[in-house]
Amino acid sequence: MTTTVETATGAARTMVLNMGPQHPSTHGVLRVVLELDGETVVKARSEIGYLHTGIEKSCEALTYSQAITLTDRIDYLAPLSNNLGYCLAVEKLLGLEVPKRAQYIRVLLTELTRLNSHLVWLGTHAMDLGATSVMLYCFREREEILKIFEMVSGQRMMTSYFRIGGLALEPPPGWLERVRRFVDILPSRLAEYENLLTRNRIWLMRTVGIGFLDAQDAIALGVSGPALRAAGVAYDVRKFFPYSSYEEFEFEVPTRPDSDCYARYLVRVAEMRESIKIIRQAMGKIPPDGPIRTDAPGIIPPQREQMKTEMEALIFHFKIFTEGFAPPPGEVYQRVESPRGEVGYFVVSDGSAKPYRVKVRSPSFVNLQALPKLAEGRLVADLIACIGTIDIVLGEVDR
Amino acid sequence: MPETDQNPIVQRLRAWDESAVAESSEFRGELTIVLAPDRLERVAEYLRAEPGLQFDFLSDISAVDRFPSEPRFEVNYHLLSIALRQTVRLRVWVSGKDPVVTSLVPAWPTANWHEREIFDLFGIRFAGHPELHRILMPDDWEGHPLRKDYPVEGFRS
Repeated sequence: MTTTVETATGAARTMVLNMGPQHPSTHGVLRVVLELDGETVVKARSEIGYLHTGIEKSCEALTYSQAITLTDRIDYLAPLSNNLGYCLAVEKLLGLEVPKRAQYIRVLLTELTRLNSHLVWLGTHAMDLGATSVMLYCFREREEILKIFEMVSGQRMMTSYFRIGGLALEPPPGWLERVRRFVDILPSRLAEYENLLTRNRIWLMRTVGIGFLDAQDAIALGVSGPALRAAGVAYDVRKFFPYSSYEEFEFEVPTRPDSDCYARYLVRVAEMRESIKIIRQAMGKIPPDGPIRTDAPGIIPPQREQMKTEMEALIFHFKIFTEGFAPPPGEVYQRVESPRGEVGYFVVSDGSAKPYRVKVRSPSFVNLQALPKLAEGRLVADLIACIGTIDIVLGEVDR
Repeated sequence: MPETDQNPIVQRLRAWDESAVAESSEFRGELTIVLAPDRLERVAEYLRAEPGLQFDFLSDISAVDRFPSEPRFEVNYHLLSIALRQTVRLRVWVSGKDPVVTSLVPAWPTANWHEREIFDLFGIRFAGHPELHRILMPDDWEGHPLRKDYPVEGFRS
């Protein structure tokens, strides 16, 4: 950290301080330029772009299927939410309907992703505010989710498991049993975390009334996800514009009126309980067998068995993996609810096998804009709580 | 693409101002309204504040480069009404020679970073933006990476 002392006009002497880009509580490489008057934040300006890798540009050079692997890298805590958003967008372009079985499996896995992300958030946020043990417990539970991801897709983090038209491969036998064991344990573990935090006096002092962001400001700043719902606005894409059969699931959208850091904490914990409810329903809905991919010759790769016996399937397979497929010209904007808010995929097709433009509307990027509103006029220590409860993933901010 | 003159949002806009909508179309159930660039600010403010429309939430702004055709750029605004659960996409076409669009920061403060990103990656300027400078790329970067005449890899000749 470098510091410079400046004398502002007038009597008050302020100091400009660089927080980050390497700082544990910025959750990545975020640099916040702070103007301080003693311990009080006068101005907070976020400098981003340290993780910019040009994912949108790279997508334009890949075929539609190849670009899926890049969507994982956007938000490394919610890879499957991003896979889903992109796949749904391309499926919408193509006008494809995905088999119900694949839709339910997608729902189950994206809800596990939400749990995964919220657990990491809770653990790191609690650690920022001094409660180290919560972090250890949360990572213990998260490990189990990563093992389920590995079991299903072969990867712990960069899953790329959702493909255009369905899923990459049949989930292995026994995976649902493992999910069941996990969701049976999790409610008691959540109660344990709440025991440690919800009525903890230090936790309350660090979060109640801190980082105020009311509904009007949140909407004007485009804030979505738990941060908006903690301001009393029940905007959840799963309810507003259901996708992947979310309309068949029963769940609540938790909201709080208080608009502070504590409200955002309560909303996220309540959301974890709702996710467990959705996962339980999905386990009951997933049929034991059935197709996991749409039957769309020339777009969706054929089954292995067909390829060995049918000449046409072999030709399609060859053509899909050498040339790709070409959706009709047009553009779609697909919203999904990621753990952090509204993820939007704007995919433009020019009728060729590569997307003409892929734009990712990432909630972290938009939500981070609200940081000055949350932190200015508050203490430096509160800024840490504010950054934590916006829940940013810098990979998603910079893309 | 199907005819969209019957769409209630398009009709409202036409009734309010005859020349507000240059063109409208629908693809996969998504409504796109093309505006003349000089109408953008007025139409945006009307859509945001008018009861019955209430597009209070600006989800996203995305630019697309149609190089080498002219007008070269399109700028898409994805609007959402939380109260009425409806969405619309606004589009303006921008010339490649002097790409300038009116900033929508006064109507939706969230436009601030979206517009900075488009300025950074496409080189489109936004008139009236409070702090228009690069956001993702370094300040001394040359060129605008998401333009179609900017190579994906290697060096520019």
